[in-house]
Amino acid sequence: MTELKPQTVEKCPLPPITPAMRLKKWLRHEGVSLRRHPLSYLVRTLCRLAVAVTVFSLLYLIVDILVKGIPNLSPELFSLTYTTDNQSMLPSIINTVIITVLALVIAIPLGVGGAIYLAEYARRESPLVRLVRLTAETLSGIPSIIYGLFGMMCFVTALKLGLSLLSGALTLSLMVLPLILRTTEEALLSIPDSYREGSFGLGAGKLRTVIRIVLPPAMPGILSGVVLAIGRIVGETAALLFTTGTVAKLPQSLLSSGRTLSLHMYVLSGEGLHVGEAYATAVVLLVLVLGMNGLSSLISKKIGGASH
Amino acid sequence: MRFKETLMRYVFALAAICCVGAVVLICVFLFSSGLPFFAKVNAWEFLTGTKWAPDIDNAANGTYQIFPMIVGSVYVTAGAILVGCPIGILAGVYLASFCPERLKRLLQPMVALMAGVPSVVYGFFGITTLVPLVRNLFGGKGFSILTASLLLGMMILPTVIQLTASSVAAVPASYYEGSLALGATDERSVFRATVPAARSGILAAVVLAIGRAIGETMAVVMVAGNQPRMPKGLLQGIRTLTSNIVTEMGYAADLHREALIATGVVLFVFILLINLLFSTLKRRDNA
Repeated sequence: MTELKPQTVEKCPLPPITPAMRLKKWLRHEGVSLRRHPLSYLVRTLCRLAVAVTVFSLLYLIVDILVKGIPNLSPELFSLTYTTDNQSMLPSIINTVIITVLALVIAIPLGVGGAIYLAEYARRESPLVRLVRLTAETLSGIPSIIYGLFGMMCFVTALKLGLSLLSGALTLSLMVLPLILRTTEEALLSIPDSYREGSFGLGAGKLRTVIRIVLPPAMPGILSGVVLAIGRIVGETAALLFTTGTVAKLPQSLLSSGRTLSLHMYVLSGEGLHVGEAYATAVVLLVLVLGMNGLSSLISKKIGGASH
Repeated sequence: MRFKETLMRYVFALAAICCVGAVVLICVFLFSSGLPFFAKVNAWEFLTGTKWAPDIDNAANGTYQIFPMIVGSVYVTAGAILVGCPIGILAGVYLASFCPERLKRLLQPMVALMAGVPSVVYGFFGITTLVPLVRNLFGGKGFSILTASLLLGMMILPTVIQLTASSVAAVPASYYEGSLALGATDERSVFRATVPAARSGILAAVVLAIGRAIGETMAVVMVAGNQPRMPKGLLQGIRTLTSNIVTEMGYAADLHREALIATGVVLFVFILLINLLFSTLKRRDNA
């Protein structure tokens, strides 16, 4: 076999490929495909149509709400007091923040701790692990209205917390628990075993290894799950209707009732009198939730970048 | 030191068991509050009767039968599946198989965003846009089975797309390549070799979407009209199991309240069955 030598090609200046040329080439390719395999072409067109419908409906929703809502955003809507004349959303925003923080304070230790047990301590595929995974799956499939009913019967009535921010936060913490558990477990399992072995080799115990070695690099994954959970909490309505109640004032304590932003929006749109205010609330809600989603995917992209 | 290690081990184990505890608690509370109702009212009549007439002044005098709501949930869910699944599955296959890399980087976050939009916002969009649209196109009040189906179909799209795309992407490339090598076109290879191999994953996506649609509350309450009667056409208003709970729980007392909780129990049983089906399908997909 004669060895192939790399040939030097003389560089000749090629004309730059313009978008118009690319389009022309693409169109020609499409034409050929249509003539030779009409059925295949039809299938591909259907797929493209499906994507177009999806994208169109999402964009339509977002643009519709932004266009009709932004003109309605007035400074009065952010005043501290809610009156029947001025449907201020600031009290609801404050309630939302309180409920979010409370729910996370309860759900994060449980979710992260549980995930640490599943990923680091338990034998893989032991009966306990399978049971926890099954129940977490069940929890994430339960609709929010069932959580609402449960919260009403358990926290509001049986534990006598009343219609309060605390009852709502407890209910929501159960709702986001499986989400945090799963994302944390995935993040922990993606940490290579060599980290743990190295730490053990240096004489560290199991606990130190988990807390000091395994958790820090898993942080971005855990964080992106937490941010997703925040988005879920901010957008939740059905589970809060009968657990926090719909009082629109600033809360006096954790045991007083108060509506969150999405509840505020539900009440406004149900009354039918405050469409403008409802649009404005929808804008704030949409921006918050979409921002949270964006942040979450940004964080998880960061991990992807860091591991390479 | 030894003590601390053991202690933390049990603390973590306890946290893991919380999930199990939560499910048990939810079951106990729902069933223990819902079952006394069936001691007072014949369960068969409750499930199959068509008259829902609560009495506000004296709850014990009302008639509580939820067959219209069961039918309503089934209709609306079926409608949502008919609208959402074909589009969702095709879009999912496109994302996994045909989509250019750059477009994919744009589309995937969009689908994730769509999953993140709160259901109140979907409901509000339904009231302000879909209801007038249906009213102008087909007549009637606009608050109807059709509107609810369209809206729910849109809401389940991201679930179906994401799960379909991931199960299609999980099929080994050799299936597709083998088919190409035999002379099939790109599309034929995908739809005759890759997609059938992802069959149970796609089915699981549909089942999960059914669960989402049956359990969806706020958006449906806002656009479905909520009349508790047997529906006679696509353009009539309807009440689902979920909206039955939301519309009346605020002021219900005694037997009326128990009837609503029993409605919740029926819904819960539906959801558990669907979940069971979903996890069975998913397990088969992994095997």
